[in-house]
Amino acid sequence: MLTVSHVMILSLVLFGIGVFGVLTRRNILIVLMSLELILNAANLNFVAFSWAHPGIQGQVFALFVICVAAGEVAVGLAILITLFRNRNSVNIDEFHLMKG
Amino acid sequence: MLDFIWLIPLIPLAGVLINGFFGRRMPLKVVGVIACATVLAAFLLSVGAVVQLAGSEPNADGLRIHEVGELDWIPLDAVSVPWEFSLDPLGSVLLLVVTGVGFLIHVYSIGYMAHEKDYARFFTYLNLFMGMMLTLVLAGNMMVMFVGWEGVGLCSYLLIGFYYDKPFDTRTGLTCADAGRKAFITNRIGDFAFLIGVLYLAINFGTLTFSEISEKVTHAGPGSHALLVGVGILLFLGACGKSAQIPLYVWLPDAMAGPTPVSALIHAATMVTAGVYMVARMSALYAQAPEAMAVIAAVGALTAIFAAIMGTAATDIKKVLAYSTVSQLGYMFAALGVGAYVAGIFHLMTHAFFKALLFLGAGSVIHGMNGEQDITKMGGLRKKMPRTYWTFLVATLAIAGIPGLAGFFSKDEILWGAWSSGNKMVWLTLAAAAGVTAFYMFRLVYLTFWGRFRGGDEAESHVHESNNLMTVPLMILAGLAIVGGWVGFPNSFLKDAPFIHSFHHWLAPAIADSHGGGHGAEASHSAGVEFGLMALAVGIALCGIFLALQIYKSSSLPQKIADTLGPVYKLVRNLFWVDELYNLVVLRPFYAVCRGFRWVDIHVVDGLVNGTRNATLGLSYISNLHDRVVVDGLVNLTGWTTTLFHRMLGRVQTGMIQTYLSVMLLGVFILIAYYTLAG
Repeated sequence: MLTVSHVMILSLVLFGIGVFGVLTRRNILIVLMSLELILNAANLNFVAFSWAHPGIQGQVFALFVICVAAGEVAVGLAILITLFRNRNSVNIDEFHLMKG
Repeated sequence: MLDFIWLIPLIPLAGVLINGFFGRRMPLKVVGVIACATVLAAFLLSVGAVVQLAGSEPNADGLRIHEVGELDWIPLDAVSVPWEFSLDPLGSVLLLVVTGVGFLIHVYSIGYMAHEKDYARFFTYLNLFMGMMLTLVLAGNMMVMFVGWEGVGLCSYLLIGFYYDKPFDTRTGLTCADAGRKAFITNRIGDFAFLIGVLYLAINFGTLTFSEISEKVTHAGPGSHALLVGVGILLFLGACGKSAQIPLYVWLPDAMAGPTPVSALIHAATMVTAGVYMVARMSALYAQAPEAMAVIAAVGALTAIFAAIMGTAATDIKKVLAYSTVSQLGYMFAALGVGAYVAGIFHLMTHAFFKALLFLGAGSVIHGMNGEQDITKMGGLRKKMPRTYWTFLVATLAIAGIPGLAGFFSKDEILWGAWSSGNKMVWLTLAAAAGVTAFYMFRLVYLTFWGRFRGGDEAESHVHESNNLMTVPLMILAGLAIVGGWVGFPNSFLKDAPFIHSFHHWLAPAIADSHGGGHGAEASHSAGVEFGLMALAVGIALCGIFLALQIYKSSSLPQKIADTLGPVYKLVRNLFWVDELYNLVVLRPFYAVCRGFRWVDIHVVDGLVNGTRNATLGLSYISNLHDRVVVDGLVNLTGWTTTLFHRMLGRVQTGMIQTYLSVMLLGVFILIAYYTLAG
């Protein structure tokens, strides 16, 4: 029997993989992809609670998050392309212009 | 034209503005012509005004007077002084003399000053003088007169120091500028007394207008007798300064440092007679103060003989004439002092003619001798300068009192005034002075024009007669020196002729007589006595002339006489050491006081000033220290603190986004752990 707990464990695993990817990978492209994993882990939670407690709000919220994520990826990829053109690299360690 | 007398002083002042501002850029001829034209215009206007005055109706006192100008000038509660002018017979005599003689001297100056560099400056000063002198003469009250009085003093100073960079007197080491200063300061002493007198009048009578003062002093009661005597003496002290009487005469001989036309105009004909004019103006006051009149008579007579004696030993042609002027002014004051006002003013007029002529003649001689003024280096100029010689001789005869010439009539009238008023000592002194006058004048003529030239052949070849611009005024003045006295024929001559004593009748109403003088004497007039005295005076003068001719005929006799007289000659030659006496009695103590003040200035005043400076410096040092340590310290502390935090916190900001995220995650874990455990 599939319960909310099962879904939550799945989403936790997804979230953990995402965080791990964001913090450890050096390729910006991978970092962006890991971010998507985090967002979708959250989405999975919204949908699961919406299923467990009858109501439409959770699902609508998930749709909003997907829209925002699409925008976020568009902007992120544009920055990524510009960075690559200028520095000829996608290694996140090489970008520390904001160092104090 | 009477209503326009206020314009008369303004015309020369317009010349001052033109020549003063634009004179340097204008041709010399234009400058001279403007200066002369303004004086000529003033003269013509004056003649018109006087003619009209003569034709006007006399007032209740028989006096013809015209007053103009109610312009408020010093409106005070106690005394209100308007800016007003007035013309009466007394003023009219001075007015015509000043403008007439002044015009002739202006014309003469064009020729005399032709080679000077400061041509425009000279004529500016000369015109300024005319304006001021006319203000003085036409003044309707004491204050306006005082303005003119000080103005002519200023011009006198400026013109004496005209050659300000040249040395003047080798005996005392004066420069021309010093001579000017001496004149100015000596005059200041007299003017101070004058001003005090004027203020006393203002306080006690509440008015300074001449006609009102005359009215008030005449009715002033015996209570104010002492005041009137005091004021009279104070005013006379002012006159002493201006008219070079003992004890303030010392400046006039040194005033000869100025150009010769100036000596003629200011220091012989016009300015120095201002004192005589002022005393005559105040005749109503002096009529109430016989003691003051006695002082005037004594001082005048003493000055007359004293200055005449000094004139006998001077060797500078202009200084002889300067002492002569002092002496003649003494005559005028003696006349005023014995109550013979008309005679005094009469002598003022004739003296203006012949003394201006003498000075201009001397100027012509100096001009012809190329600047030489020492009569011991002259002689025999008669042939070289005939016009100058003849006119000079006329003036000499006039001043010596030879019958028929101007000086005779006026001098005789003064002597008669002294005798008939009972002042026999004054008469005796003046008669003696007349003899000395004749002596020194003929000595001057002899040494200058007769005998042989003593200046060397080189100098002799350069001697030349002056041009027409200079000699024509000389000839006109010579004419005046002859006929100028005929308006005052003595009573005893030609009793019935219509013009007898026209001068007396014209002037008398303007004078308040105390004890008769010329008038009262007419009653007890004894023709025999007057003729006798007249003959005696002429005899004394002839003796003086004869003596001079005898002594200076031989070249060695003057020296022999000087040796015989020894100390007396030395005394006279050194002018009785009066300058040295003044130096010892006045100047030395004055300098000592000055040095005392200098000490106080250096040690006390400067000490205070320096103390203030040092205190300020100390305070500034403290203020500076506070600023640097406290204020700057706070500012720097802020800076340092900020830098310190920057060093510490700057390390955290690595610019590595993954570091930030890791820390954030750690924070989230900590928060979760906290809330989980806490609650």
